[in-house]
Amino acid sequence: MAFLYLLIVLAPLAGAIGAGFFSARLGRVGAHRMTILGVGISCALSLAVLAGFIWGDLKVFNDSIYTWMIADGIRFEIGFLVDRLTALMMATVTFVSFMVHIYTIGYMADDEHNWPQGSLAGKHSYQRFFSYISLFTFSMLMLVMSNNFIQLFFGWEAVGLVSYLLIGFWATRESAVYANLKAFLVNRVGDFGFILGIAAVGMYFNSMNYSEVFAQAPQFADTQVAILGGVSLMTLICILLFIGAMGKSAQVPLHVWLPDSMEGPTPISALIHAATMVTAGIFMVARMSPLYELSTTALSFVLIIGAVTAFFMGLIGLVQNDIKRVVAYSTLSQLGYMVAALGASAYAAGIFHLMTHAFFKALLFLAAGSVIIAMHHDQDIRNMGGLWKKMPITWLTALVGSLALIAFPGFSGFFSKDAIIEAVGHSQVFGAHFAWILLTVGALVTALYSFRMYYLVFHGKPRMDEHTRSHLHETPWVVTGPLIALAIPSIFIGWFTVEPLLVSNWLGDAIHVAHEHDSLHALAEHWHGQMAFIEHGMHGWPFLLAMSGLGLATLIWWFGVKLMPNLDALLQRAGGPLTRILQDKYGFDDFNQRVFAGGGLGLGRLFWNAGDQVLIDGAVVNGSARSVGRLAGQVRWLQSGLLYHYAMAMIVGLVGLLTLYVVF
Amino acid sequence: MIALSDYLLLAGLMFAIAVAGIFINRKNVIILLMCIELMLLAVNINFVAFSHFLGDTAGQVFVFFILTVAAAEAAIGLAILVILFRGRQTINVDELDLLKG
Repeated sequence: MAFLYLLIVLAPLAGAIGAGFFSARLGRVGAHRMTILGVGISCALSLAVLAGFIWGDLKVFNDSIYTWMIADGIRFEIGFLVDRLTALMMATVTFVSFMVHIYTIGYMADDEHNWPQGSLAGKHSYQRFFSYISLFTFSMLMLVMSNNFIQLFFGWEAVGLVSYLLIGFWATRESAVYANLKAFLVNRVGDFGFILGIAAVGMYFNSMNYSEVFAQAPQFADTQVAILGGVSLMTLICILLFIGAMGKSAQVPLHVWLPDSMEGPTPISALIHAATMVTAGIFMVARMSPLYELSTTALSFVLIIGAVTAFFMGLIGLVQNDIKRVVAYSTLSQLGYMVAALGASAYAAGIFHLMTHAFFKALLFLAAGSVIIAMHHDQDIRNMGGLWKKMPITWLTALVGSLALIAFPGFSGFFSKDAIIEAVGHSQVFGAHFAWILLTVGALVTALYSFRMYYLVFHGKPRMDEHTRSHLHETPWVVTGPLIALAIPSIFIGWFTVEPLLVSNWLGDAIHVAHEHDSLHALAEHWHGQMAFIEHGMHGWPFLLAMSGLGLATLIWWFGVKLMPNLDALLQRAGGPLTRILQDKYGFDDFNQRVFAGGGLGLGRLFWNAGDQVLIDGAVVNGSARSVGRLAGQVRWLQSGLLYHYAMAMIVGLVGLLTLYVVF
Repeated sequence: MIALSDYLLLAGLMFAIAVAGIFINRKNVIILLMCIELMLLAVNINFVAFSHFLGDTAGQVFVFFILTVAAAEAAIGLAILVILFRGRQTINVDELDLLKG
């Protein structure tokens, strides 16, 4: 089995190396064939592994492949832990990645136009892009298949690196470089917490291996650490690890990088910044469930952060006009739902939503990309409208994605989101009630922003200029094919997986939930099949709010905009200060810019002036030269140049020495 | 009978006169050279006196060496003097301060 798992991981890496280093020799077609083959192999094998867990009796694989080093008794290894949780993640990641690879052929087909004439970086940009997304797949697989913290950290950093490279893919654009630097720096903040958490694990557990750490964890449940007046060790470790997850999964206040990351090409927005990489934090917390279950404080922290992100980031989506940014804020909001599920100890529901979200959010992003291709890279939804007639496949798949996103009954998102809200409702940790209210009202917001975008893009009067309108047409099959392939699971996957994941505990030992935290318990107890679940959901607040949001969105952005074309702008103006707060994104960006960037600049200037200019240059370098000069100026009058002075000095010296010699 | 101390006294006197000549003379480089010769002669007198009183002729051999070296030194010194005069049009010691810092 080790060979099989190695092959799953290494096939995309081989593709990445091939397309990256031999881009000139392989050419465009060779590069995309090679990377798609690599990801295809790993997708097929991952699906086979998942099938083996579902229908076969595949055993959990937990073994080390290679020992990198042993330092002070702690083994640094490369190893795989493949259980049901991993298999589910592997299948999701490789499937979405495979779809994105195919889609990229269409999206990047005329990438030369995105580069200045004669740009060296633009020469093999097509191959380079394929190389990067394959490298990303490799990194993500390393992350999810790891059986120890070190490899987890490797994957964690590697996906961050690839994300950085891809956000700034169009490196000649200033905004792209700003965005990728921002993403990298904000992720560094999270990673700092993450590595401190890993260090704390290494210090107390003296092992980097998951199973060893988890086995020892209960013994440390009551250990206190003398930091900040004494905190529980488990709380400390869990919150530090979660800070890493906040960076990677873009939770308040480390969410600021995700909307900006939309500067990258759309396929990677779908793959990295919606479907897979940003879910690394969710996966990590679910994987660490044996640790999190030992700290109610950390769970409460996770729950509140998740709920705040889910609600407040969704609100920002209402005032965005860039099609990709609307989807980006909806991603933030949905990640908030997943994190809230983790905080409520409903890890299975979080992972369930992660999977369904991966499909419908990748779908929405790719649909947005398809619209962007048709619109000649204009991303402003105010310039769109009426596209449904020209782009039927994109329209229908985007509708499917939007319905899944707002949790329309029967669609995949309905099962996962309803389960999360229900689980949070049953949770007993501090802040659960507050979180439940935010998440439930969040359903209304989700419906509003999703269908605002949907109606503005696909319905109403066309608002684009004459030239663009005459060129509007459906995108090629490499673009629509993945849309259809993603639309199918977006509709059905929830129906088929809700029972095994949430009710019959299919994930098994991969996730550990303490008895008193088990918030999915009630759901499992009253389980009478999917239809009953849908019916039950239709009596709940989330459903009512989502449907009223859908109705309200239809009223405003379909009928309303038909009557008054500038209704959207009028509404935003009517919002007054509220709109301004949302457009300022609650001031997080300004705050970071002023306090952290400005403070860093000020500190740098202080060190430059006081430290470098005054102390080092002034005192040490020039100061020593000046003092030598001053001393020399004092001494130079001794050098009269007159012979008799020198002779006199000689004689005086001689006499002096002789006197010394004779007297003493 | 002239005692050794008389010779040494004479030599010391000559040496002191030569040193004084170097200090006091502010005019002429030739006088400087003469003073140096005088110092060497004072040393020679010491050598000869010690040689005689200690009965060791090696001292007198050294005198010959010193005389030879002194002659050569005087020749080189005068040659430098000529070059110096050509260059600076003066041999006034007060004006020769090229080494001034």
